[in-house]
Amino acid sequence: MVEKSMPEAEQRVREILATVKDPEIPVLTVEDMGIIRDIELDGQKVKVKITPTYSGCPAMDEIAADIRKALLAEGYEPEVVSLLSPPWSSLWISAEGRRKMEVYGIAAPLEEVADKRALMGEKRVVKCTHCGSMNTRLVSQFGSTACKALFQCNDCLEPFDYFKCI
Amino acid sequence: MNKSLYDYLILLGDSPLILGHRLSELCGHGPNLETDIALSNIALDLFGQVRNWFQYAAEIHGEGKTEDDIAFLRYEHEYRNVILTEQPNKDFAWVIARQFYFDAWHYSLLTQLCESRDERISAIAAKSIKEVTYHRRFSSEWVKRLGDGTEESRARMENAIAHFAMYKGELFEETNVEKEMFASGTGADFKVLKAQFESFTNEVLNEAGLEIPQIDWTQRGGKHGVHSEHLGYILADLQYMQRAYPGMQW
Ligand SMILES: [Zn+2]
Repeated sequence: MVEKSMPEAEQRVREILATVKDPEIPVLTVEDMGIIRDIELDGQKVKVKITPTYSGCPAMDEIAADIRKALLAEGYEPEVVSLLSPPWSSLWISAEGRRKMEVYGIAAPLEEVADKRALMGEKRVVKCTHCGSMNTRLVSQFGSTACKALFQCNDCLEPFDYFKCI
Repeated sequence: MNKSLYDYLILLGDSPLILGHRLSELCGHGPNLETDIALSNIALDLFGQVRNWFQYAAEIHGEGKTEDDIAFLRYEHEYRNVILTEQPNKDFAWVIARQFYFDAWHYSLLTQLCESRDERISAIAAKSIKEVTYHRRFSSEWVKRLGDGTEESRARMENAIAHFAMYKGELFEETNVEKEMFASGTGADFKVLKAQFESFTNEVLNEAGLEIPQIDWTQRGGKHGVHSEHLGYILADLQYMQRAYPGMQW
């Protein structure tokens, strides 16, 4: 029966997807970002459903193309479909993804209430990715890409990115 | 083709398209790095949302129509954006006042569309509102900061808020298509829209210490394809490539 071998076959596809990186945060894979919603396999045909992070994120078209390319290279017949609903949430970033993000120098998203306080500049709750100090300030709600805000550390004075809660 | 639904999607997409274009003109010209990046990011979010509306509109239309055809190959009288969105950039207070009115309206509109009976519309609205929440926060924070700032910033902000008040009324004028969409559970209730808009903008203006403009007339026409002279210039810029090299691909 086909179904018996499904998990293993899907595992193989997931391993390939784990090689596809987010072009804007290249330490994160598309799996870490939590944008893979579903995988449908039918022989060599594979349908990957992804959810865009931000509507206008220019990386999304590139990510879809990279997924297609990676699967083609392994002999699959890929189709990448974009799903709008439910909308992507920063809660879908994996624990491993959050860890890698912090090491890379981007503070991982806080939960919603704390995020709002941080982005209103009300509370010092975002930790400096350079020195670990909590004495940081919001510079701008919008950062180098749609998903980030810009912060600065009052202790080591270095600027750093914070991944916004969405 | 469901003509009403198509027309409705054009109404939803055209305002963010034209405002997004206006904001993109500021890329590299913002008053400082942070606001420059913020305005460019807002433009990018708006374009992303427009793509979602126009991709849906293209599917409804059929006959091989694409999102690009809709964005780039219509004539001026076929655009349905509110006139507010085509007003040119002047100083930063000008940009913020236009954005503030737009965001307050956009946020309330999308909040209602999240409950639309049309699943595609509710999905696009649910996606967009997460982004628009940040836009509205950005523009209202700046209204407060400039209103509550120096004598100069306050005067400019008050002037801009008063100027753009004449474009507010059109945001709440219902076209036949919008009436039909509300009746079928697809569109928004304009009474609720207006009430939410008024209460939010009044609250922010009060906090900013700015006078709330009292105005009983409005500029109108955009939603029926009758525009100010500014739209023609925007389209000349926006459509240049597709008009000069038809069917050109990136
Ligand atoms: Zn530090």
